[in-house]
Amino acid sequence: MLYFSKFRIIVIFVISLFFIIIASSNFLKFENKLLDKRINLGLDLQGGSYLLLEIDNTPVIEQKLQNHSINIRNYFKNKDIRIKNLKLSEQRISFFVDEKFRKIVLDEFNNEESELNPYYPRFKSHQLDIIQENEFFIVNYSPQGIVKLKTSSQDQALEIVRRRIDEIGTNEPNILKRGNDRILVELPGLDDPMRIKSLLGKTANLTFRFVTDNNEDSFGTEKLKFEDSNEQAIVSKRIILSGDNLLDAQPRMNSETNETVVSFTLDRVGAKRFGKATSTGIGKQLAIILDGKIISAPVIRDTIASGSGQISGGFTFQSATDLALLLRSGALPAPLNIIEERTVGPDLGQDSINAGMVALIIGFILVIIFIFIKYRIFGLITNFTLIINLLLLVGILTIFEATLTLPGIAGIILTVGMAVDANVLIFERIKEELKSENNNLIAFDSGYTKSRTAILDANVTTLLAAIILFFMGSGPIKGFSLTLGIGIFTTLFSVYFIARLLTVLYVSKNKERKGLI
Amino acid sequence: MIAFNKYYNQFNILSITLVIVSLLLLTFKGLNFGIDFKGGTLIELRSMDSKINVATLRDNLNSMNLGDVSVKNFGNSTDYLIKFENNNNKNIIKDIKVNLDKSFGNNFDFRRVENVGPKVSSELLRSGIIAISVALALMLIYIWIRFEWQFSLGAISALFHDVIVTLGLFSLLGLEINLSIIAAVLTIVGYSMNDTVVIFDRVRENLRKYSDIKIFDLTNISINETLSRTLITSATTLLALLSIFFFGGEVLKGFSLAMIFGVIFGTYSSIYIANTILVRLKVSQKTILKDDDKN
Repeated sequence: MLYFSKFRIIVIFVISLFFIIIASSNFLKFENKLLDKRINLGLDLQGGSYLLLEIDNTPVIEQKLQNHSINIRNYFKNKDIRIKNLKLSEQRISFFVDEKFRKIVLDEFNNEESELNPYYPRFKSHQLDIIQENEFFIVNYSPQGIVKLKTSSQDQALEIVRRRIDEIGTNEPNILKRGNDRILVELPGLDDPMRIKSLLGKTANLTFRFVTDNNEDSFGTEKLKFEDSNEQAIVSKRIILSGDNLLDAQPRMNSETNETVVSFTLDRVGAKRFGKATSTGIGKQLAIILDGKIISAPVIRDTIASGSGQISGGFTFQSATDLALLLRSGALPAPLNIIEERTVGPDLGQDSINAGMVALIIGFILVIIFIFIKYRIFGLITNFTLIINLLLLVGILTIFEATLTLPGIAGIILTVGMAVDANVLIFERIKEELKSENNNLIAFDSGYTKSRTAILDANVTTLLAAIILFFMGSGPIKGFSLTLGIGIFTTLFSVYFIARLLTVLYVSKNKERKGLI
Repeated sequence: MIAFNKYYNQFNILSITLVIVSLLLLTFKGLNFGIDFKGGTLIELRSMDSKINVATLRDNLNSMNLGDVSVKNFGNSTDYLIKFENNNNKNIIKDIKVNLDKSFGNNFDFRRVENVGPKVSSELLRSGIIAISVALALMLIYIWIRFEWQFSLGAISALFHDVIVTLGLFSLLGLEINLSIIAAVLTIVGYSMNDTVVIFDRVRENLRKYSDIKIFDLTNISINETLSRTLITSATTLLALLSIFFFGGEVLKGFSLAMIFGVIFGTYSSIYIANTILVRLKVSQKTILKDDDKN
């Protein structure tokens, strides 16, 4: 255990130096293109916002089932099969078919080439499940169909969330999928997440629909509230224009009325439809509806064929800017709910960094003094190793551009406390060996050999705990498990290579001395 | 040599009592779950006006119908921690800000806001429990592979003791359980195991060496031989933890406190639980030789 070849010494030296240089790039300000890596600070240290959004897919499922039920009716109508009592309630479609057609209907649904009910060969499942309950058929989404629907609405929502956040322009946002109905948003350095929260909380579903007085509209009507008052109006369900037809939207100042408005430009299809609607509907009120509330319902005075227009609704400049932003970035496929939020202000982050550093330095000094008093010259070796160990740890974190969190700093401090364990195990063992062995070299050699299994077992157990934490923990806790886990490897390296090398050098010069340790 | 084995019975009784008391506390008093596991909102405020105090702040917030609001000083007299249960109002933070600005002037800095919905909190609790259970199971398997089942049982009993008593102490003192406490408990599991394994390693070595010494004395010899290492490592770990506790800021207080308890219990349990299980299971040279033959 005590022999080191020259080659090995060089390798150890080079590896240590490499990591130390990388570690130092965090503290030095020089520009270094080769090693342009830094440890990232977690949101709890640099300040920022962590938002977990959940997509509420219920309206999407309702809407899609509505489409399916229309499909089903038309499909069988073409085949001269009469569907009776077609109903949609509680996310299931139910209908009645005469006995003689039942087998055909079942076959249409369960056939792998079915147009009505797409088959996913990869999952060996249809989009919809059909079961027979007494006289009725019940159709609803299969588990696989739900998964498909959720992932597709998650993809769309992610895109829209990204656009909205990019429009606001925060630095380096992190937007990730979680599961199949959640989106994680990390916004470093963001002090006040209220604006983003309110922007993400809006579906931004924009429609232009006529206000009607009579209930005889063939598309049906509904009663909607105005955004800024408790007044109500009856509007047709027929959609003249929707947010999809918008090319651009910008906040503007209307010079005639001195009012802040949102001006919009329509695409070709939209412009045509808008022109037609405004020419036939002169004198009627056109309601502009956002997320089920009427923003305003101006009376049409002229045909608008230019494909652009303005929305007024008592906006402030801020609210007009936000509405324009929402319209530009598009509507979410489904409402989003913020189910977890963690925001840390920049001052608290800085305070945490300071406190963490003070704790690290004091903890480090206490351990160093204790070990020096206990082991003297070998204490110096242990302490030197401990410093190298810390630099290695920081170096590895830097290479991986790992995220350092406050619990991560605690993990580093704990590593300092626990790292000396391996050296202590070795030195205590050597002390025991020296009781029955006069030759220092032999005693040191067997001390290293005999303590090996205990050190291995002890470190594996801590590593197991760190690995579990890494996979089960979230955010800051992951940072803790990362530093704790990497700390185990750097500890073993520094104890078995650096400390042992130094010990060997010292002992081989003092082979005969009594009471060496 | 210290005769640790003289007190095996007494300390076993003490440990069993502690575990029972802890279990009773956990059942009847329960744990003080933070918003991570219970759901709700937490706001850390710093006031620029020293005239504001906990009582005035509490009165003001109570008028907002937030339900059960808790307002406490946090670290120093101008920092406050406000907690309340889940609220359906999505704009609650904004409303509180507006209300506080109106009542006290622009005197508050919102240093930290955390809001955990009911679904997330129950998921966090579940994954915390799973993490601790998986950790215990993995430790059990690891020791089973490295040692014989008697050792495995001893080590796991020590682990259960440490986790239960630490949680019991948290229940008794009403300290908050949050995500970082789960991290602390898992680290305690690792530490306690670490400590036990070092002594067990020595017990096994001594079992091979001495065929004529009974396990009762053999464990005592092993404990004594490894005692200075046990004490030095506990001391350095505690020094690091005390440094976090006193200087690491409010956020890490609970975590470091749990770890400090855990290191103390872990050191104690390696000596008085893990080893006494070996004694009670009458481990002898035969126990490990059988296994050596197999290999």
